Amino acid sequence: MTVTVNPAQTGEPVFYLADEHPHPEGYSTSLGFWIYLMSDCLIFAILFATFGVLGGNYAAGPAPKDLFELPLVAVNTSMLLLSSITYGFAMLTMQQNKIGQTQMWLAITGLFGAAFIGIELSEFAHMIHEGATPQRSAFLSAFFTLVGTHGLHVTCGLIWLVTLMVQVWKFGLIEANRRRLMCLSMFWHFLDVVWIGVFTFVYLLGVLR
Amino acid sequence: MNTDTHAAHADDHHQGDSHAHGSFSTYMLGFVLSVVLTATPFWLVMSGALPSKQITALVIMAFAVVQIVVHMIYFLHMSPKSENGWSMMALIFTIVMVAIALSGSLWVMNHLNSNMMPIHQMTGMK
Repeated sequence: MTVTVNPAQTGEPVFYLADEHPHPEGYSTSLGFWIYLMSDCLIFAILFATFGVLGGNYAAGPAPKDLFELPLVAVNTSMLLLSSITYGFAMLTMQQNKIGQTQMWLAITGLFGAAFIGIELSEFAHMIHEGATPQRSAFLSAFFTLVGTHGLHVTCGLIWLVTLMVQVWKFGLIEANRRRLMCLSMFWHFLDVVWIGVFTFVYLLGVLR
Repeated sequence: MNTDTHAAHADDHHQGDSHAHGSFSTYMLGFVLSVVLTATPFWLVMSGALPSKQITALVIMAFAVVQIVVHMIYFLHMSPKSENGWSMMALIFTIVMVAIALSGSLWVMNHLNSNMMPIHQMTGMK
C-alpha cells in the first residue's frame, strides 16, 4: 500500500501522480481499438497507393473494362451497406437489453457479410478461370492484393461475429460482451468505409479508364 | 491540488463511459444518405450520363469523399468530443499520413514513369 500522506497538506509541490489511479476495466478499449483501426487504415492506404501506381499496367492482358461487371459490384456493395445498417440495429437493440433481437440482427448481419464474401469469391474464381490471375499483370497483382486484403478483413469480422454470438448466447449481454460488440461495430463500419474507396477507385474509375 | 486532479479524473471516467451512440433515426438517415451516395456514382458510370470521363471521375470521387464523411458521422459516431478529442486527433493524424503516402507515391511514380527511356530507344544502345 502507498503511504496516505497528502502532499498538499505538507506543503510540498506535486509534479506528477506517483500511483496510477484505478481505471474501470475496458476504460480505454474503444480509444485503443480506434487507434488500431487507424493503423489498419494506413495498410489500406498503401495498398490503394500501390494500386494507383500499378493500376494502368495491364501487360497486354485484360483491362478493368474486360473483367469487371458493375451490376455484380453494385449487388456486392449493397450487401455490405445492408450489413452495416443491420449491425446498427443490433447495437440499438443491445442498448435496450433485448438479447433475442440483438442475436437476430447479428445473424442477419452475418448472412449479408457471408453473401458479400461469397459474391467476391465467385468473382475472383470467374476472373482466375478466364486467365486473369494475380500473376498476369501488375494491375491484377495490385487488384487481388487490395480487394483480397479487404475480403480477408471481412472474413475475420465474420469469425469474430460468430464468436460474439456464442459469447452472448452463453453469458448474455454482460459489460464485457457489450464492449466487444462495440469494437466489432467499429471494425465492421470501418470495413464499409474502406469498401467505398474500393468500389470508387478500383471498380468505377477502372471501368471509366 | 491532489484532490483537484482526482476530481477532474472522475469527470473523465464519466465521459469515457458514455460513448456516443446513434438512435434509430440517425442510423436510418445515414443509411438513406449512403444508398443515394452509392447508387448515384454507379448510375453515372453505367449510363454515361455526364459528357466527359474526367467530369464523371471527379464527380464520383467527390461522392466517395462525402459518403466516407457520412459513414464516419452516422455509423462510426465520430465527433470532436468523443474520447476527449483523442479519436479525432488519431483520425486527423491518419488522414495526414494517408494523404502524404497516396499523393507522394502517385506523384513520384508517375514522375519516374514519364522520365523513363522508352524501350525502343534502349534496344539501340548496346
